[in-house]
Amino acid sequence: MPQTSEPTERHTLSVLVDNEPGVLARVIGLFSGRGYNIDSLTVSEVSHEGHLSRITIVTTGTPMVIEQIKNQLDRLVPVHRVRDLTVEAASLERELAMVKVRGVGEARGEALRLAEAFRARVIDATRESFVFEITGKSDKIDQFAWLMEPLGLVEVARTGVVAISRGPEGM
Amino acid sequence: MEKQMTGAEMVIQAFADQGVSHIFGYPGGAVLPIYDALFHQNEIEHILVRHEQAAVHSAEGYARSSGKVGVVLVTSGPGATNAVTGLTDALMDSIPVVCISGQVATHLIGNDAFQECDTVGITRPCTKHNYLVRDVNDLARVLHEAFYVAQNGRPGPVVVDIPKDVQFATGTYVGRENIVHKTYRPKLNAEQPQIAAAVEMIAGAKKPIFYTGGGVINAGPEASRLLRELARLTGVPVTSTLMGLGAFPAASRQWLGMLGMHGTYEANMAMHDCDVMVCIGARFDDRITGRLDAFSPGSKKIHIDIDPSSINKNVKVDLPIIGDCGRVLADLVSAWKARDLQMDRAALDAWWGQIDRWRARNCLAYRASDEIIKPQYAIERLYAATKDKDVYISTEVGQHQMWAAQFFRFEEPNRWMTSGGLGTMGYGLPAAIGAQKAHPDALCIDIAGEASILMNMQEMSTAVQFDLPVKIFILNNKYMGMVRQWQELLHGGRYSHSYSEALPDFVKLADAYGGVGIRCEKPGDLDAAIAEMISVRRPVIFDCIVDQQENCFPMIPSGRAHNEMILGDMAIDLDAAITDEGKMLV
Repeated sequence: MPQTSEPTERHTLSVLVDNEPGVLARVIGLFSGRGYNIDSLTVSEVSHEGHLSRITIVTTGTPMVIEQIKNQLDRLVPVHRVRDLTVEAASLERELAMVKVRGVGEARGEALRLAEAFRARVIDATRESFVFEITGKSDKIDQFAWLMEPLGLVEVARTGVVAISRGPEGM
Repeated sequence: MEKQMTGAEMVIQAFADQGVSHIFGYPGGAVLPIYDALFHQNEIEHILVRHEQAAVHSAEGYARSSGKVGVVLVTSGPGATNAVTGLTDALMDSIPVVCISGQVATHLIGNDAFQECDTVGITRPCTKHNYLVRDVNDLARVLHEAFYVAQNGRPGPVVVDIPKDVQFATGTYVGRENIVHKTYRPKLNAEQPQIAAAVEMIAGAKKPIFYTGGGVINAGPEASRLLRELARLTGVPVTSTLMGLGAFPAASRQWLGMLGMHGTYEANMAMHDCDVMVCIGARFDDRITGRLDAFSPGSKKIHIDIDPSSINKNVKVDLPIIGDCGRVLADLVSAWKARDLQMDRAALDAWWGQIDRWRARNCLAYRASDEIIKPQYAIERLYAATKDKDVYISTEVGQHQMWAAQFFRFEEPNRWMTSGGLGTMGYGLPAAIGAQKAHPDALCIDIAGEASILMNMQEMSTAVQFDLPVKIFILNNKYMGMVRQWQELLHGGRYSHSYSEALPDFVKLADAYGGVGIRCEKPGDLDAAIAEMISVRRPVIFDCIVDQQENCFPMIPSGRAHNEMILGDMAIDLDAAITDEGKMLV
């Protein structure tokens, strides 16, 4: 029988893993195989000497499912540590996006003004286009992209969320 | 120890260092160097199976009956893919297995070479961990890590995929003593405050129950001894999952029998009505809980498990204790003694009174017959004939498996091998072969169905070749009995493709393989036929012709709660007993 429909929560998890072949496949396979959601996933090496990569996963689920996800991640053999940044500490989240906008005249000027207001930088320009670089929380990027739509939004590339806890302690 | 040798020699050396004496395998192009290294030594015996699935099941039977790691050696491509069912089985039932697979040479990987497959990709979700070794200098470390990972924490299968050029290459071998795993450190010991809380909860219970599982068996014989001691100290009733049979003696008055879908009335009713449930090394599987929102509604639950991901997966518990069952049981026993705790005797006596009334329902009763062999009767007679012997029982999957669990009585751990989680037909014969290899003088019996046995029938050749006198005790009802039963209960008696037409003549088949065939059709002939089977020191196929229509009861219909179980003598409308929602469940 389906469990009662508990409300779902959004959690940001940091996972420190051995940077070995297949480790990302293990994590992704775990999520798809057990039917968990991935809202965002980023991965990159963070210590070359230590062979360590850090995976940041944003996921949604009931509290019971979130608990399962953490435990399932933690029992993967190459996983060193799993931290739930949503509950364990105050944390910071950022995402980087590149936003391409095409237009001339008034729309072009408006795009530039909005970019300034959002502290987006121009990293490429032609006579009829800009590429903006913007960092911030995901909803800020959503908002910026939404504003660019009527001004000639061509495409957006986003990194997904990276996150870190506040204060002096590491994970 | 450090030494130069080839990759293939490292495999054999690592086996020797890990105390491996038997491996189950099948050769092929990509493992020829390892088979060559095997040829040059005499310490490790290789048992040639007839199908790689059976190699893994044999290793499982070997592991489960001996407590050692089961070892498998297969070739690339089809060798590895054939092993997948066995690996998944070992993962679901937490059996320590190390499977070495050959792979095409590193420069060919990804080129769709002959007998190439992405073994680590395919086996990633069906192993505890796996490795592809590209450098011979990593091989020794990986092999030792594989044995460490397979048997520590919650046990499971580990695959090591070795390309052929790595097997030929020469590199440095390091001994197991030099290997410390970088990340994998399962938590074995519980925190003392949790132990204290647990014993206080047990002592405060009025209607307690111990619900034990395969984790107690996996934790070793000492864990079973400690379970018995804790049960003796407290007087608490004990039930067990399919996987946990034998951890607690069936002869004990405190034993309620197996619980779950085909468990006893008293075990399931006690689970439903208890006020404190102590789950020890089990995982609240759907076969156990029935309808989740009606599962043991009034109880506080303690869950002891080595795997944190088993906690709160299906059922929310009040007191989780992460640790090895054996160590936690030892802590509980000593905490109980140190505090000199006592149960509430009056409450416990009343609880036992209730349990005895449930017991009096005699839920395993069946209608005996002089004309036709009832499958339950066959298991009872098999048990009676073998109970004083050194016996190991494996099963296939289906009705016969449930009857074996209900009617064969286990007094010791490691005597019972069955495919619980995955439910793999074809498990029993290779598992019996593995157990027989680990216990050459014991009586190893595969309680089988005529449909399941055909899935790995070819292993009869293995048994004959290696002089392993396993007994295949077939309850032959000419149906896939459990499928037929579900079709009767859920699908209006439309027996779609569950009748086994064109069955082989099992007596002639035994003969063809070089074994011994025995057929029995009458209840009156059964004891003599079983005695003959036991006395033969050769592989035997025993074709026991049983009642075709018999159903396996008690049964908790899908989607129902523990206190809604159906007993064999109830005259009820079975179709109405299962809701439409229940029919969606398996």
